[in-house]
Amino acid sequence: MTGMMGTDAEAMSKAGSVAGNETKVDCRNIDVYYGDNQAIFDISMDIPARAVTSFIGPSGCGKTTFLRCINRMNDTIDTARVEGEIFMDGEDVNSPKIDPVLLRSRVGMVFQKPNPFPKSIFDNIAYGPRIHGLTASRSELDELVEESLTRAGLWAEVKDRLDQPGTSLSGGQQQRLCIARAIAVHPEVILMDEPCSALDPIATAKIEELIDELRQRFCIVIVTHSMQQAARVSQKTAFFHLGELVEFDDTENIFTNPQDKRTLDYITGRFG
Amino acid sequence: MGSFMLETFGHLPVGWLAFVVIAAVACGAFLAGRSRATALQQGASARMNSQPNYHGYYLAIWTAVPAALVLVLYALFGEQVARQMLMGELPSGFDAMTAIERSQYLDRAGEAARMDEAAVEGHPLFAAVSRRLAELGGLVKFWAVGLALLAGAGGFAYARRNLGEGFRARQSVEGAVRLLLFACAAIAIATTAGIVVSLFFESLRFFARIPVFSFLFGLEWNAQTNADFGAIPLFFGTFLISLIAICVAAPVGLYAAIYLSEYASRRTRGWVKPILEVLAGIPTVVYGFFAILVMAPAVRGLALWLNGLPFIPDEFFAASPTNALAAGLVMGVMIIPFVSSLSDDVLNAVPQSLRDGAYAMGATKSETVKQVVMPAALPGIIAALLLAVSRAIGETMIVVMAAGLRPQITPDPTAEITTITVQIVALLTGDSEFDSPKTLSAFALGFVLFVMTLIFNLIALRVVRKYREKYD
Repeated sequence: MTGMMGTDAEAMSKAGSVAGNETKVDCRNIDVYYGDNQAIFDISMDIPARAVTSFIGPSGCGKTTFLRCINRMNDTIDTARVEGEIFMDGEDVNSPKIDPVLLRSRVGMVFQKPNPFPKSIFDNIAYGPRIHGLTASRSELDELVEESLTRAGLWAEVKDRLDQPGTSLSGGQQQRLCIARAIAVHPEVILMDEPCSALDPIATAKIEELIDELRQRFCIVIVTHSMQQAARVSQKTAFFHLGELVEFDDTENIFTNPQDKRTLDYITGRFG
Repeated sequence: MGSFMLETFGHLPVGWLAFVVIAAVACGAFLAGRSRATALQQGASARMNSQPNYHGYYLAIWTAVPAALVLVLYALFGEQVARQMLMGELPSGFDAMTAIERSQYLDRAGEAARMDEAAVEGHPLFAAVSRRLAELGGLVKFWAVGLALLAGAGGFAYARRNLGEGFRARQSVEGAVRLLLFACAAIAIATTAGIVVSLFFESLRFFARIPVFSFLFGLEWNAQTNADFGAIPLFFGTFLISLIAICVAAPVGLYAAIYLSEYASRRTRGWVKPILEVLAGIPTVVYGFFAILVMAPAVRGLALWLNGLPFIPDEFFAASPTNALAAGLVMGVMIIPFVSSLSDDVLNAVPQSLRDGAYAMGATKSETVKQVVMPAALPGIIAALLLAVSRAIGETMIVVMAAGLRPQITPDPTAEITTITVQIVALLTGDSEFDSPKTLSAFALGFVLFVMTLIFNLIALRVVRKYREKYD
């Protein structure tokens, strides 16, 4: 639903537009506190559906914290407190009516370090569908697992050893397993927190290829430390600095014609 | 040197004095070494291999250790040497004594010699022997101290000669530190090995009289009368009580651990965990008290009540005043902290990223614990349980007090029952001859107990090593 579109002219002009795309996640005035420390200062942005949005910025600037607001992962940290509104399809995810368990079935997440569960490859993928009751029969589940692994580009490599532990895979394969695990529950949004930072260049290339394919169907948000990666995979880029959103625009504009001096300094390597 | 002086010297508390002297001399050697090295450093063409302090330590070690070694040897064997010397001088009349009588006689003489001179009275021969022993003791001590001084001086001289510009004092000192640490580890291992070996040989003496087979598989145990040595009833009792204990401790301990590591807030955890661990610090005799005074009567009351119910035959439960259930339950409570504390550590070692992964999939807390955290922690939890079992098998005090003494094989938990450890205590307390099978059987039981707990611990270690998921 797109009710928020066009209501905030300033945000619109700041966000620019990706042709023919509507807003999926609409963040309004987000503040995040860890105990007494404020980590995020009044961030608002519209994250488009069916596109890749990347968050860049120096370490500790709040990219990951902001990302974790979207699926309420900050709930698992005792001291964290989130203020502001995040509308997903017009519903505020922070409202008490929203069950974080259901929210997270709609917003998948991939972490910095591959974290396969201590289970077989098959069970890793089947985990989400099982706890959410997505499949009625074993054959449906088999299909879903195959589909997810295929879409993550891992099926050919693991189809003969689905019963082996997920931890037996290489780092890059583990990360693709985690992506397959995330898409198995058919989320609408996929959050990726530096998904390639623990991987070698070849595995990274595979994941980037995968991200590019996935954007046809999902709204993807990716945190990255690599500006090249942001330029390669994303259509929109947000630059964070010291807990503030400095600039949010089409990726091309950010890298060729940044409006803010801090953005220019960062992308030209003058700090961070 | 006159005999009186030797005797007096023998009475001097040379032992402690010597160690003080050695420490002082070592300090001196340290200072000497350091100043020598400092002097060398000033004249040196290049940077020296080792700092002056290391030269000091090197000299101190070479001075103190040889001297201390000599004194330790004296402390261990000095008296024996004096005795051997005395034996050679004894008049031929002593040959009639048996070895044991003679050693007892010398013990008394030594005792008298340690007293003041005036106390040596009675038989003139005894007085003479005792005085001579005191003299010889002084002589040996004199030689020992002399030798220690010589060794210290020799070590100092040797080490002093080594000092030089390129000398690698640091490596030598590091080597000495390493040796010291190794020696401490070796003492622990050697003690264990010594205990096992002595247990083993005592058991062999037992098995020379009672066949191994009838010990391990016999169904009757009447050790007090030296009649039957079939240990199966004891194994059964140990097994039954450990089973009851682990049935209590495993679920309670595990759930407590899950609560502490996954659910409790930091504040709750801060006071619950120490309290739980206090349970481990309560002396087992206190648990035994609780078992015999509270649990056993309660179990007996329950059993009597059950016996009185219409659909249960009379005397169905033995309802003994000391019984397996009381001991098992209390022992279960005792080992809860072992299970909970170890499991809690294991659960905490499961990386947060796994939990995040599960939460991000939309798993609830209990789903995450059940399907992700527990499988990851399972090897460690199994190891914790095995360690708790081996603790339960070896536990003595509670069963001595609350389980009873009657060896029997019965599934009735309200019956009196006995365990390996209870029997060991029963066999070794009170007057007992050291040679009877009755006493020796205690060693055989101890050996079996040792082997059992060893096996459990080894399995626990292997499980942990083999199935541990590697997270970094």
